[in-house]
Amino acid sequence: MMFRRRAATAPSTERHDGPMVKAAGVYKRYGPLEIIRGVDFEVQRGEVSVIIGPSGSGKTTFLRCINHLEKIDAGRIHVDGKTVGYREVDGRLHELRDAEVCRNREQIGMVFQNFNLFPHKNVLENIIEAPRGVRKIPAAQAKARAYELLERVGLSDKVRAYPAQLSGGQKQRIAIARALAMDPKLMLFDEPTSALDPELVGEVLSVMKQLARDGMTMVVVTHEMGFAQDVADTVTFMSDGKVVEQGPAPEVLSNPEEERTRAFLARAMSERRASA
Amino acid sequence: MTDPQEKTRPVAGPTFIDEKPVPVPRPGRWVAVVVLTLIAAWGVYTLGFEKIQRGHLMQTRLGWEVVGQYFLSPNIFNGLLMTLELTVAAMAIGIIGGVVLAVMRLSSNAMLSGASALYIWFFRGTPVLVQLLFWFNLSYMFPRIDIGIPFGPVFVSLDANTFITPFLAALLGLGLHEAAYMCEIVRAGILSVDEGQEEAAQSLGMTRRRAMFRIILPQAMKVIIPPTGSQTIGMLKMSSLASVITVVELLHSVQLIYASTYDTVPLLIVASLWYLVVTSILTVGQYYVERRYSRGSVRNQPLTPLQRLRRMLDDFHPGMRQLPPNA
Repeated sequence: MMFRRRAATAPSTERHDGPMVKAAGVYKRYGPLEIIRGVDFEVQRGEVSVIIGPSGSGKTTFLRCINHLEKIDAGRIHVDGKTVGYREVDGRLHELRDAEVCRNREQIGMVFQNFNLFPHKNVLENIIEAPRGVRKIPAAQAKARAYELLERVGLSDKVRAYPAQLSGGQKQRIAIARALAMDPKLMLFDEPTSALDPELVGEVLSVMKQLARDGMTMVVVTHEMGFAQDVADTVTFMSDGKVVEQGPAPEVLSNPEEERTRAFLARAMSERRASA
Repeated sequence: MTDPQEKTRPVAGPTFIDEKPVPVPRPGRWVAVVVLTLIAAWGVYTLGFEKIQRGHLMQTRLGWEVVGQYFLSPNIFNGLLMTLELTVAAMAIGIIGGVVLAVMRLSSNAMLSGASALYIWFFRGTPVLVQLLFWFNLSYMFPRIDIGIPFGPVFVSLDANTFITPFLAALLGLGLHEAAYMCEIVRAGILSVDEGQEEAAQSLGMTRRRAMFRIILPQAMKVIIPPTGSQTIGMLKMSSLASVITVVELLHSVQLIYASTYDTVPLLIVASLWYLVVTSILTVGQYYVERRYSRGSVRNQPLTPLQRLRRMLDDFHPGMRQLPPNA
């Protein structure tokens, strides 16, 4: 594996027409604790899917399962038609090697609640690290792309800044640019605005909205009901490790079928009014 | 009063900024100054200048005359070189070994982490002097060193007495012992890096190896370097133990001289001075290496002492030389 060099082109362009993400019967345990209990979930291409739910409902854990940061204990997750973390041969699962898992992750961008920028690298180095190191894209090309992305997130003036010199909102926009630099087919957002001061939330959400308008397939775990209302195509409400309700955003948000969803939304909306 | 804000701020009452308050009297300080000055003066005089009768000569107590005579002698210079060689090579073994052992120790593979734990238990648990003597006497156990497959064919066979020179024995003893300590230092550094960093690296498609070398270890350096600096200084001094197994390093080179001249104390001072010189240089080096690896963790790097000195000179002679504002 070590000696195999891949060409500096975009990874596999093979077409697959099914849903971008398809999860069936997913379970995740930590010891005796079941975090996720039989989740079925689908995201179509170009769709923005928002997952909401109370703290501890397993939504972040589920998101992390999608790019195999967490290993699932039962069920299947497919991204772009490929089983995440495994290869299925004659109905049996075979674990993938680290390098193979990594190759699949290249196509899944992830944005974390705590940004997780690399503090020892400046903004430009943060963005070009993976394109240069993982995809072997030439420096000039990677840098040009980085400048383009920085302009898109409105931070062209921060090229040489280190993460410690940026505000929370700026860090998160850089983190988004860093993930986009790998040209992912799918973007995962794990509560991207939860660690931000209220006045910085808007700048991150507007970058995400722009991304959604550009047709990126996105799965967003968030507490921002406003974002869900404005941008989401589908909304999934999770509670106690299960999907309680799932459907087109307007229906779930304004006319939920389940009592628990209604109660959660009522609370979330009143909090929003209180903080506004 | 030149503060531009001063003009816009409404003055609500008397300000104390320009008044210098009368400080609390501290007579104890003056007493301490007098006592310490006296002790220091006595120390400098007795140890530096006072002469005593030694045989038919009048000499300073520490024998500075003899120190001066040997300080730059070629024999001692060769000893110093050997000390430096040992220090650098043993530290190189220690650091590389330490990184490998730390990565093993943190591996999820029980064999690897167990092997690393066992190594540390043994090499940290026995005195380094004993280990040096062990390597020096390797030929007792292995008169011939055979390199090959255990119980199988032998590819190379070496005579231990000629292959394991005193230098090599010292190098192995010091380096392998150091690796055990460096492992713990590197491990602490790796553990100090936030888990989110590895997750972010992995989510960008980096393999665990790449994430370790490009993301985790560079950040761990901030924690690893200060103790590694101490270890290097420790190694410089620990290498004097090699004198026991006939390596002519700095200490042994002065021992060889005073064995015939009986100028024991002055020659020990020669060695000590050289150790201090090298230690001082290492301390300065450590400062700059630490600075290099603290990039990104502090908003603005503090100026180095040299930069501060230049700043100060510039302040005294404005216009003499302009320093860029953030040099």
